[in-house]
Amino acid sequence: MLKIRNLHTYYGGIHALKSVSLNLDEGEIVTLIGANGAGKSTTLMSISGIEPPRYGEILFMGTPIHQMTPDRIFSLGIVQVPEGRRIFPYLSVTENLDMGAYLRRDLHEIRNDMDYIFTLFPRLAERRHQLGGTLSGGEQQMLAISRGLMSRPKLLLLDEPSLGLAPVLVQLIFDTIEKINRENKTTIFLVEQNANMALRIAHRGYVMESGAITLEDTAENLLASEKIKAAYLGL
Amino acid sequence: MAAKWRPLIDKITGEFTKSLLVSAWFMFLTFPLMVIKVRPLERTIEWRWMNLVYIGVGAFFLSFIWRYLMSRKDGGGSEEEGESWQKKAGLRIRTDKKIYLPGLAAVVAFIVIFPFIFSGYQTQIMISALMYVMLGLGLNIVVGLAGLLDLGYVAFYAVGAYCYALLNHHFGVPFWIALPLCGALAALFGILLGFPVLRLRGDYLAIVTLGFGEIIRLILENWNEFSFGPSGIAGISRPDFFGMELSLREHTIYLYFIIVMLVLFTILVVSRLRNSRIGRAWIALREDEVACQAMGIDKTKTKLTAFALGATWAGLVGCIFAAKTTFINPASFTFMESAIILSIVVLGGMGSIVGVMIGAFILILLPEYLRAFSEYRMLAFGAAMVLIMVFRPQGIISGIRQRYEFHRAGQPEGTR
Repeated sequence: MLKIRNLHTYYGGIHALKSVSLNLDEGEIVTLIGANGAGKSTTLMSISGIEPPRYGEILFMGTPIHQMTPDRIFSLGIVQVPEGRRIFPYLSVTENLDMGAYLRRDLHEIRNDMDYIFTLFPRLAERRHQLGGTLSGGEQQMLAISRGLMSRPKLLLLDEPSLGLAPVLVQLIFDTIEKINRENKTTIFLVEQNANMALRIAHRGYVMESGAITLEDTAENLLASEKIKAAYLGL
Repeated sequence: MAAKWRPLIDKITGEFTKSLLVSAWFMFLTFPLMVIKVRPLERTIEWRWMNLVYIGVGAFFLSFIWRYLMSRKDGGGSEEEGESWQKKAGLRIRTDKKIYLPGLAAVVAFIVIFPFIFSGYQTQIMISALMYVMLGLGLNIVVGLAGLLDLGYVAFYAVGAYCYALLNHHFGVPFWIALPLCGALAALFGILLGFPVLRLRGDYLAIVTLGFGEIIRLILENWNEFSFGPSGIAGISRPDFFGMELSLREHTIYLYFIIVMLVLFTILVVSRLRNSRIGRAWIALREDEVACQAMGIDKTKTKLTAFALGATWAGLVGCIFAAKTTFINPASFTFMESAIILSIVVLGGMGSIVGVMIGAFILILLPEYLRAFSEYRMLAFGAAMVLIMVFRPQGIISGIRQRYEFHRAGQPEGTR
C-alpha cells in the first residue's frame, strides 16, 4: 500500500532521515520504534508532506506522493495524528471532529461517523460540548485519533499516542487502535517509544536508529529478540 | 468578633499605607515640574506648595480606587459572573423578540434620521467612525479569525484611496465604478503581501507586515511622477447621485448612507464568512498550524484568502476616504492608522463583530468628544484604553467563545 524508497529528509542542514525504506501492506498495523531523535516523527512528517523529503520516493497505492502538498496527500486518504495531540483548544469536541471531516461534504455520513466515534470513545460523547483545551491528556489523545478517523483514512499515521498518558489509558488507546484496524480495515502506521505496547498490537515492526532503519521483522520476533529487549524493552 | 474583622482591617491599613507611599512618590516626581516655577526675567522663584497638596491627595485617592477595583477584579470569580451576565444579556437580546424587534427598530430609525437631526460636523464624525468599523471588521478577518498579526493594514487602505484618486484624476473614473476596482486591487495587494509571509507567524509576521505598510507609504511619498509625492492629489470627485448637483451638506448625507450600506454589507459578508468552511479553516489555522495541515486544509490557500478578503474592505474604505476628503496624501496612511485599527479589533474583542463595532465607536468618537479637554484629550484616551485592557483583557465583547456557548445552549448538536 505504501512504499518508501531511499528517503532523505533534511531540517536545514541537518540530515534527519538517511535513506529510509519501508513497506506497508493493506490492513496491517506496522510500528516504527526507536529512541528519541531517531527520526521516527520525521518519517511521518515526510509521508504526510508537512516536512517534504529532499530525495527518494514515496508511493501510495502506486501514486508517487513525495512531491505533493499536505492537503493533496490528505485527500488521498493518508491522515496523520500528530505528536503531542495538537487538538484545537478553543473548539469544542464536536467542532474538533468536524474539522477532521473538513474535506468531506456528505453531512449525513459525517453524523454516522461521529456516532461511531462516540461508541468507540464514550468519554468523548460525555464531553462533546467541552472545549478541546479543557480535556485531560488521555481524552485529548482520544480526540486526536478520532479527529483523524473522521476523514475515513485508508492509512492512519499515529505519532506516539502513548505520550504522557497513564498506563491504564495507554492500554485503552492501544486496544482501540487494534479495534479500529480490525473493524475498518484501516492500515495503521504506529510510531512509538513504548516499544513493548506497540509490538504487542502490531503485525510487523521496524527499528530506527539515528535516521536509518536498522531492523525489520514480525512483531513476535522483535518482541523475542534479545537485542530489542535490551535496547528498547528495558528487560 | 474583633478577630473576625482583623484580616479586613489589616488589608485596609495595608492598602492605605501603599496608597500613601504612591502619593508620596508622585509628589516627589512632580515636585520640580509642579511646585517650582522659575521666572527668568524677574529672576525670582515661585514655590507653589498648594500644587503639591493637590497632587498628593489626588494620587492617594486614585491609587486607593485603583487598588479597590483591582482587588475586586482578582477576588472571587467576579469576572466569571461578568461573563455569564454578558452571555445572558446577549442571549436575551437575541432570543426575546419583545426586546429584539423594538431594539432593532430603534437602532434602524436612529441610523436613518441621524444625519437629518445632527449637524454636518456630527455626520462627518459618524462617517469616519463607520469607516473604522469597516476597517476593523476587515482586519478582524486577518487578526481575529485567522490569527495573523498584521501591522501594515493601512497599506491596503492607501491602495484603495490612491486607486480611486489616480483613476479619477487621470481618467475621470466615477466613484461607483472605482469602488469595486479599489476593493479588487486591495485584495490583489493582500495576496502580494501574503506570498512572502506564508511561512511566518506571530512576531515575525508582525514585523514584515509593518515593513510592508511603510514600503507602500514611502513609495507614495517618493514616487512623484506616479503619486504626486507628499503634496498629494486634490480635487477628487465626490460620489455622484444620478448626475444631480448636490450641496456639500447633501453630499455628506449621501456619503453617510453609502457608508451605512457598506457597513451592513460588510457585517453580512463577515458573519457569513465566519461560519463558512473557509471561516472554520481560518479558526483552525489560528489555533494550530500543524494540526490544520494534518486535517488536509490547504495552508497556502487559507492564508492567502484571509489576507485578500481582509484587504478588500480596507480598499473599499480607502475609496470612500478619498471621496470624502477629496484630497489625499501619504500623511494619512502612517503606522498610527494601522495601530488604531488594530486597537479597535483588540479592544472590541477579537473575532467578535459587535465588539469590533463598539471598539471602533469608542476609539474614534471618544477623541472627538474629548476635544473639550483640549490638550489632555490624548492622555484621557490613553488612560481609557489602559483601563479597558486591564479590566477586560479579552476585549469588550469576547466573541469567539461566546459563539460556541450559544451553539451549546441553543441548538441540538449536529446542526452544522
